Amino acid sequence: MCLAIPAKVVELFPGERSRALVEVTGVRRHIDIGLLEDDPPLAGDWVLVHVGFAMSKISEEQALDQLNTLIMLGENEAALQEVQGYGLGEPSLGET
Amino acid sequence: MKFVDEFRDAGVIAKAAEEIRRLADTGRHYRFMEVCGGHTHAIYRFGLKDLLPPNIELIHGPGCPVCVLPMGRIDDGLSMARDPNVIFCAFGDMMRVPGAHGSPLQHQARGMDVRIVYSPLDALNLARRNPDRHVMFFAIGFETTAPSTALVLMRAKAQDIQNFSVFSNHVTIIPAIRAILDSPDMRIDAFIGPGHVSTVIGCRPYEWIARNEGRPIVVTGFEPADILQSVVMLLQQLRAREAKVENQYKRVVPWEGNHAALRAMAEVFELRPYFEWRGMGFISQSALRIREGYAQWDAEQRFHAPGVRVTDPKAAQCGEVLKGVLRPDECKLFGKECTPENPVGALMVSSEGSCAAYYNYEHRKHFPLTTIGASV
Repeated sequence: MCLAIPAKVVELFPGERSRALVEVTGVRRHIDIGLLEDDPPLAGDWVLVHVGFAMSKISEEQALDQLNTLIMLGENEAALQEVQGYGLGEPSLGET
Repeated sequence: MKFVDEFRDAGVIAKAAEEIRRLADTGRHYRFMEVCGGHTHAIYRFGLKDLLPPNIELIHGPGCPVCVLPMGRIDDGLSMARDPNVIFCAFGDMMRVPGAHGSPLQHQARGMDVRIVYSPLDALNLARRNPDRHVMFFAIGFETTAPSTALVLMRAKAQDIQNFSVFSNHVTIIPAIRAILDSPDMRIDAFIGPGHVSTVIGCRPYEWIARNEGRPIVVTGFEPADILQSVVMLLQQLRAREAKVENQYKRVVPWEGNHAALRAMAEVFELRPYFEWRGMGFISQSALRIREGYAQWDAEQRFHAPGVRVTDPKAAQCGEVLKGVLRPDECKLFGKECTPENPVGALMVSSEGSCAAYYNYEHRKHFPLTTIGASV
């Protein structure tokens, strides 16, 4: 719950302002970007995600730093498990 | 120490450690509190204590939401979910936290419909897909997760999803820091400020700590270099007899915070007059309850919350550890009755709890796995 997970925005959906498809180390899931409504991310941007919600926009460099921090903290697997858990019951998006 | 060689920025770390030794007055004892549980975890994991001179003591603060939740709230939540029509949802961190009558996981084994969700939005989706059931989400966390819960409640209301409710256990960090500063047995010289909470609340809410209490505070990132850099900044302030709020984590934390997140919280939540914190007692205006306008989605207003109060097992000294009066291994139960595999107190459950962190990184250095029969 307290993990901040860096994710890359892959796809936005016209008419659905609060949903985005993101990718975290190859796993794609939908997250909510409603808390960034004042400065919404674009496809290709990086965000920090808490409990399925993007909380802040970050640079790619910061995202890689944060990923590295998660690995050093031994939390990268927990982070991936969390991301895989987003979208309970959603149709599978196919993982690469 | 062994992690140091693996750090990407080993050079920066060595330099910061040297700077700390240069700035620290050898005739003085420093007590710095890291407020956030994420920092506690990082400090143990990276062995940062080994890089600090012995007169700089890091005190672990109240910023682990699982750890500060009184046991009675778990019992309250589980009690409201006893109706077989209810699906009880919570984050994975909560599943092994013991209530007086067992953890959510143990209730699941006894037949309760208990499910892990990774996002509050998924609890709402579960309600949407199970219109004949009631889905209760056990909400927990500081300002990092409260805005998400708020947004989900706004969606539930907008879409009129009636078979969904939230049991709010959200707490706010500022009153906890105030309680620590007001406590007579705590002498903290300065604070390592939380990183991710600050992405929401920004840096302004900490200004009184510097201005009125004369304590420096530095909002800090989670890499080893961030934490050491923050110690350098705190020492520089103390040396110059200054007290101000500084932002070491500028690359992520905006000074003004996240306005959209603050708006969502203000729309849905109001402050409770008081709330109990495990180990710290009742703290005024320190937690969030759901406003009248969202009463229909508030588990406490919709069901009967028994208001259970459970005192922690007498031998467990979670409170003293939480306040930094005792080190984790000074508690009588530490590593014996209370281990990460069989936690008695909440500080042993979460990886961000100081007891679990101490156990995993300090205790195991001295007591190899085979001698304590652990299996993690």
